[in-house]
Amino acid sequence: MPDQSPISSVNDFVVRFANVNGSGSASANEMFARSILRHGVPVSPRNIFPSNIQGLPTWYEVRVTEQGHLGARGGVDMMVAMNPQTWDKDVASIEPGGYLFYDSTKPMPTSKFRADINVIGVPLTAITNSTYTDPRQRQLFKNIIYLGAMCALLDMDPKIVEQLIAEQYKGKEKLLSSNVHALHLGRDWALQNLKCPIGLQVKKADKVGDRIFMEGNSAAALGAVYGGATVCAWYPITPSSSVAEAFTSHCKKLRHDPKTGKAKYAIVQGEDELASIGMVIGASWNGARAFTATSGPGVSLMTEFIGLSYFAEIPGVIMNIQRAGPSTGMPTRTQQCDIIACAYASHGDTKHILLFPEDPAEAFEFAAQSFDLAERLQTMIFLMLDLDIGMNHRLCRPLKWDDSRQYDRGKVMTAEMLDEPGRDFGRYLDVDGDGIPYRTYPGTHPTKGSFFTRGTSRDRYARYSEEGAVYADNMQRLVRKFETAQDMVPRPLQANAAKPTKYGVIYFGSTSPSMDEAIGLLEAKGHHLDRLRIRAFPFHSSVASFIADHDFVYVVEQNRDGQLRQLIVNENGIDPVRLVPIVHYDGTPITARFIASAIADHQDHLKVTPLRKVKS
Amino acid sequence: MPGLVPGIHDFLFLGQDVDGRDKPGHDEAGIAGVVMTYIAKPKFQHPGLPKNDLGFTHRDYEGKVSTLCAGCGHDSITASIIEACYELSIEPHRVAKISGIGCSSKTPDYFLGNSHGFNSVHGRMPSVLTGANLANRDLIYLGVSGDGDSASIGFGQFAHSIRRGVNMTYIVENNGVYGLTKGQFSATADRGSKSKKGVMNTDNAIDLVAIALQLGATFVARSFSGDKTQLVPLIAAAIRHKGASFIDVISPCIAFNNHAGSTKSFDYVREHNDAVNRLDVITGREAISVDYAPGTVQVVEQHDGTRLALRKLDADYDPHDRLGAMTFLQKHAAKGQVVTGLLYVDPDADDMHAHLDTVETPLNRLEAKDLCPGTSALEKINASLR
Repeated sequence: MPDQSPISSVNDFVVRFANVNGSGSASANEMFARSILRHGVPVSPRNIFPSNIQGLPTWYEVRVTEQGHLGARGGVDMMVAMNPQTWDKDVASIEPGGYLFYDSTKPMPTSKFRADINVIGVPLTAITNSTYTDPRQRQLFKNIIYLGAMCALLDMDPKIVEQLIAEQYKGKEKLLSSNVHALHLGRDWALQNLKCPIGLQVKKADKVGDRIFMEGNSAAALGAVYGGATVCAWYPITPSSSVAEAFTSHCKKLRHDPKTGKAKYAIVQGEDELASIGMVIGASWNGARAFTATSGPGVSLMTEFIGLSYFAEIPGVIMNIQRAGPSTGMPTRTQQCDIIACAYASHGDTKHILLFPEDPAEAFEFAAQSFDLAERLQTMIFLMLDLDIGMNHRLCRPLKWDDSRQYDRGKVMTAEMLDEPGRDFGRYLDVDGDGIPYRTYPGTHPTKGSFFTRGTSRDRYARYSEEGAVYADNMQRLVRKFETAQDMVPRPLQANAAKPTKYGVIYFGSTSPSMDEAIGLLEAKGHHLDRLRIRAFPFHSSVASFIADHDFVYVVEQNRDGQLRQLIVNENGIDPVRLVPIVHYDGTPITARFIASAIADHQDHLKVTPLRKVKS
Repeated sequence: MPGLVPGIHDFLFLGQDVDGRDKPGHDEAGIAGVVMTYIAKPKFQHPGLPKNDLGFTHRDYEGKVSTLCAGCGHDSITASIIEACYELSIEPHRVAKISGIGCSSKTPDYFLGNSHGFNSVHGRMPSVLTGANLANRDLIYLGVSGDGDSASIGFGQFAHSIRRGVNMTYIVENNGVYGLTKGQFSATADRGSKSKKGVMNTDNAIDLVAIALQLGATFVARSFSGDKTQLVPLIAAAIRHKGASFIDVISPCIAFNNHAGSTKSFDYVREHNDAVNRLDVITGREAISVDYAPGTVQVVEQHDGTRLALRKLDADYDPHDRLGAMTFLQKHAAKGQVVTGLLYVDPDADDMHAHLDTVETPLNRLEAKDLCPGTSALEKINASLR
């Protein structure tokens, strides 16, 4: 008997599945999440997986949240403990009054349980072994059997799960019926032997609307398809590989010539990240829209080329799916830790454009837009995703496209333009005062418009020069170009507190859902904050004015050193004291609980020492 | 209130415009009083200069004046490229010249002044060229590299571009030494050869030709910068070859690697040059007019109709036998000989675009209507994600 009353909650709880990787649990777990979604209840699932293929622990966490809080919550209300290796830790992580679901085929000593949780044993192995003989089938159907049992325990509609199975195994009737059979094996056993439902329940609601459920990497890849990317060169690295893989599968469906069947795209798996970015730069130089997808270590390798892109002004797009660094770091854990590395990538004085999408919908939009920006600004654009957005299914608004939208191919001088009387072509000539020169594609004109692209200093007509004044002239123009970029990149979005407040918070990217939730938690405690979500670097002028309008601004980010804060301080000349870092960097996604408690702590201290008054 | 002035607008004002260096014109000479960091050629052309089929003279294939050392082997290669392009009647602007970093990589500025050139990153010419080729399959790609660029820092990229069958002419101007950094050994320097300072090279040499053969290059040749009659037709044939063409050109460094004890000096290469064949390139429909002795000529027809007439100098040498070529090279290298000529050709080769099955239209010419699936497709995708 638990000495804590069981957690009772409808459509608001966290279930965590503890599995061994390579056991085929992923698809059953994902089906669990999707079927709750089909009940009209938002979910936010997260894969927590090792850098390994078979045998190590892996977790799949589903936050069921009718209120639509899509950030990680922290804590576990129900643990589906399928991995003996992590048993102790898994059992310990359950909230008091929570539930432990386990395979009761082999008896466990009482010392392995906790008194303050509710234990639900289902003899999964026994049920499986009495039904199936093939070892692989036993393995796979065991997952569906626990899904069936969960269905009974949480009072889910089995028809919905059956429908999902039918969609997944469409055309594979044998697999379909055997999966449905396994589902009912588990569900029936639970209904007959256990008290169903438990305190945690799923009830039909209407809170999902027309939203879609998608991984950020796939969305970014689709954005590249819509944005007109024709060349993708990449090198496998977690957590970015699925961008190139998704681009491949999207292109297979969407980018073959209907008459000839030939590909209107080229995807090359490079020998390393240097080659990948080299191909992107070569292709972009030659007038194609090209991108690569990588993660931190890849960016480190690419930095020489990134400097070339900046200095020789060659477009390109790098999708950086960030993971915990430095070095190999934690390759399967999330962070926002490459802000500084990307903003200033390369030796010498450089600055690059960064875009920070908050979810798959924005990843799609920004990915498509990044090609326009790259060609308009003739420089490298970084699309900064992270593992949390990239590799997890996230509920987001449907993807949108405007069929009247044209690609902005930037300032490209054609043969006709070169032939216009009085037309002067200088590759690095700032004719419009916006710092952006005209370029020509190779092969344009027999006698005009050719130039020699190089990473060495050159004059406005692309002629080699080591003259100081010529070099400085060019470097100043690059600064002008970066200023021009400020008004082209996605602007920050501001949301004000219900009451006027002296405090603000700045955040970006995957922190978004947890931040939104944290605002509610903070308001409940009487802390009101205006918030600004930064969506790009260079920073729009509204960032500086937002900071000016508040006494203190919290900068919430998922890295140790407060990299965005550093960038704001550095680029906007802000007094660092006024920007309070709120950092979370253990590799797990930031939670609303963490943000709210960190900010509340600081707010409570503020009441003691009005720092600003002391200073002035 | 501290620190509210946006600081990114503030930078050192360098004031004066740079008028003196700001005159238009690609080939304009340097301005008096300014350090000359490039030298354009005067535009005068003799009216009687011979013209090729397209009406271009040699001058139309030239670039800026070379700034390499007088007597550098690389300049002879430049001249050979100019000659080959002239003879093939290539439209100069339809060539993309791509190089890495080093003395050899500077040379694309010295030929085909109306072509776009790209002096990229050390050792990374192959990837840049590969990307450029992906974007536009219709241009001719000339990759110029050196032994440091291709056999050391860029060894991987060299190998992988060959593996992929990129349609290109990849020329390594091989002098066995780092010239621009003043005389360090490169990875193609033979073991036992001596540097100018008398240091013995104790590391084994990389033979890029052998590697290219192993990696599946479909046109492999070696030549010597001092033998233009051999080199010009090899370059011409390589340009006309559809697939990965690789030419290793031994090109002595007059400043740092032309001494006794070097195996990349003019004297050494002349003494040890073992040419297996001589090549004539016949384009168009002309008949083979050269009068060859019977049994001494092998004619190879390439995809585009170009015929390569190979005059055999070594009766046993078969340029269609990849394995035989590799063995032949090893045997002769062991004797200290430098085997030159067209070493291997597969006239039926295909290229990277064939492997990727890309559309005939260059990818850089596809527009939104070709590339963007539009809202109807997106609606379906949205529906599949619910």
